Amino acid sequence: MINFILRRVVTSVVLLIIISVVTFGVFFMVPKLAGTNPAELYVGKSATPADVAATARKLGLDQPIYVQYGRFVKGIFVGREFASGTNVNHCPAPCFGYSFRNDRPVWPTLIDRLPVTISLAVGAAVIWLLGGVLAGVISALRRGSILDRTMMIIALAGVSLPIYFTGLLAQLWFVHDLHWFKGGEYINFADDPFGWANKLFLGWVTLALLYAATYARLTRAQMLETASEDYIRTARAKGLRERSVIGKHAMRSVLTPIVTVFGLDLGQLLGGAILTESVFGLPGIGRLSIDAVSTKDLPVVLGVTLFGALFIVIANFLVDIFYAVIDPRVRIS
Amino acid sequence: MTLGPVTSSTDVTPPAGEEAPVGSGKAIEGRSLGRIAWTRLKRDRVALTGGGVIIFLILVAIFAPIINKFLGHPVNEYHQDKIDPNLGGIPPVGTWGGISSEFLFGVQPVTGRDLFSQIIYGSQTSLLIALLATLLAVVIGVVVGITAGFYGGWVDSLFSRFMDLILAFPLILFAIALISVLPPTTGVRIAVMVFIIGGFSWPYIGRIVRGQALSLREREFIEAARSIGAGNFRIIFRELLPNLAAPILVYSTLIIPTNILFEAALSFLGVGVPPPTPSWGRLLSDAVNFYEYDPMYMVIPGMAIFITVLAFNLFGDGLRDALDPKSNR
Repeated sequence: MINFILRRVVTSVVLLIIISVVTFGVFFMVPKLAGTNPAELYVGKSATPADVAATARKLGLDQPIYVQYGRFVKGIFVGREFASGTNVNHCPAPCFGYSFRNDRPVWPTLIDRLPVTISLAVGAAVIWLLGGVLAGVISALRRGSILDRTMMIIALAGVSLPIYFTGLLAQLWFVHDLHWFKGGEYINFADDPFGWANKLFLGWVTLALLYAATYARLTRAQMLETASEDYIRTARAKGLRERSVIGKHAMRSVLTPIVTVFGLDLGQLLGGAILTESVFGLPGIGRLSIDAVSTKDLPVVLGVTLFGALFIVIANFLVDIFYAVIDPRVRIS
Repeated sequence: MTLGPVTSSTDVTPPAGEEAPVGSGKAIEGRSLGRIAWTRLKRDRVALTGGGVIIFLILVAIFAPIINKFLGHPVNEYHQDKIDPNLGGIPPVGTWGGISSEFLFGVQPVTGRDLFSQIIYGSQTSLLIALLATLLAVVIGVVVGITAGFYGGWVDSLFSRFMDLILAFPLILFAIALISVLPPTTGVRIAVMVFIIGGFSWPYIGRIVRGQALSLREREFIEAARSIGAGNFRIIFRELLPNLAAPILVYSTLIIPTNILFEAALSFLGVGVPPPTPSWGRLLSDAVNFYEYDPMYMVIPGMAIFITVLAFNLFGDGLRDALDPKSNR
């Protein structure tokens, strides 16, 4: 098992290094190829060439790309210095550079926004996992019934609905027409837990609906397949109660693929969070990245993207470990 | 999108020895997998409805200029007289977003442009990008998947790791960031969106094709082909590919809706095709500012996306059930 974990750690680290190289390369090479200078994005179009050159020097953008990448990585682990003339700014580790727009360091900005995105993601994940799996199991057990068909139709519709459409509809009905939920600014959990939940609830449900639908379909298909296995018949033949046949014997094999998909989805959740945050006006990491993209704030965009990649890699890592725990065959291969 | 490709691709399935792949052994002699699938699909009304809607949407996209001539107005023609001057010049005159016999889907708030024309032309953008991206994904996915699955060994490990790598990218983040640093002209945007959407969705196809190729290459008919001296190329194109046609077709149909949603999401986030080219996603993001005064402006493009995606999902599901003998029906 330790061997397995170590191997996974190595793969994850390699994965992260490659992703960081590619992302870094894309963000600092592509603008150049397209004819814009990153330093120009920083100082603005009206600046003199001398200003642009000075900024490029200060940010190290005049160096070859691999030197820039080296400095960037060094900044993440030990921090780095930005010198302009006699002024030296120390950027402590983990340093992702400074925003082109407001000169704030990127890392603390990310950390500031993180609680919002985590609140959204965790709430949604709980709802879709419970709701989706439960709906799938019930559907499979009552196969062919009206309940089953209704739930599967809802699930298919759920897969086909864009988050930003359901989000807006929810906003329109529940906030604007019915006043069940308050609009307005995001509220911190620590300040007012009820206000926090109130503000996030529609976001949770909207984001969860999409995933719950997929999970319900997957669980149903998996449950139907498992139910025809010999060992399930054996369990019934032994006289076990239906509860433990389904709950203990069948669920174990139903859950394995669910866990895999859950890991992948949890990693990519940041993508769904971007859309949800922009619909509901939540000031999370997704919003940060959209704002950064629209103002061409490269360091922030790079920081968010790498952060997202880290998220995915960690999620995949945890899933692999968990997978190995519930399915011993994985460890050997 | 009829079932043409299925029947034709499986009908050309060469030598009789492999005529009975995965489970069609029960079939009466002489019926190809494509024929069986078609008979099953014909009975599946839901899937047929989906297929019908897809054909309708493709026709609408192709004949958009003609349809628009009769039922709509020039795409960027302002109709300020359709906007209520008493309410800050924002919502359209009348109820339901200004829907009338002249403006079938109502008008856009503020500008008064015909929403029907926007939707009709928006279908071109949506379908063009999604279909091209799917085509790209299928081509890359099949090439990589077959190579990995057929050759195995280090080639397989290399390609499989590569697919893992691509799936580990924070997709939407990476896409919006990349698109935003490139020049925002319509042609460039369309090309870049096709490459990004296709370039990130091919591993889904690739993984499935790899798995299938991996198991097929151990089958007797491949061995037989090899023993009579067929080369790798011949085996791949004449023996392997025809047997992979079914899963490739099913999963391409199933990634089209995802790609449509992806395109709309990018447009919604402001990094899709630039105005004035109409796009459903951008209509929705524009509607965010007005939904309190004019909900229909949000509902109509939203429903357009929903119906399109649902149709492809229904058809894809039906196709999978029809082609996969193991399906629970």
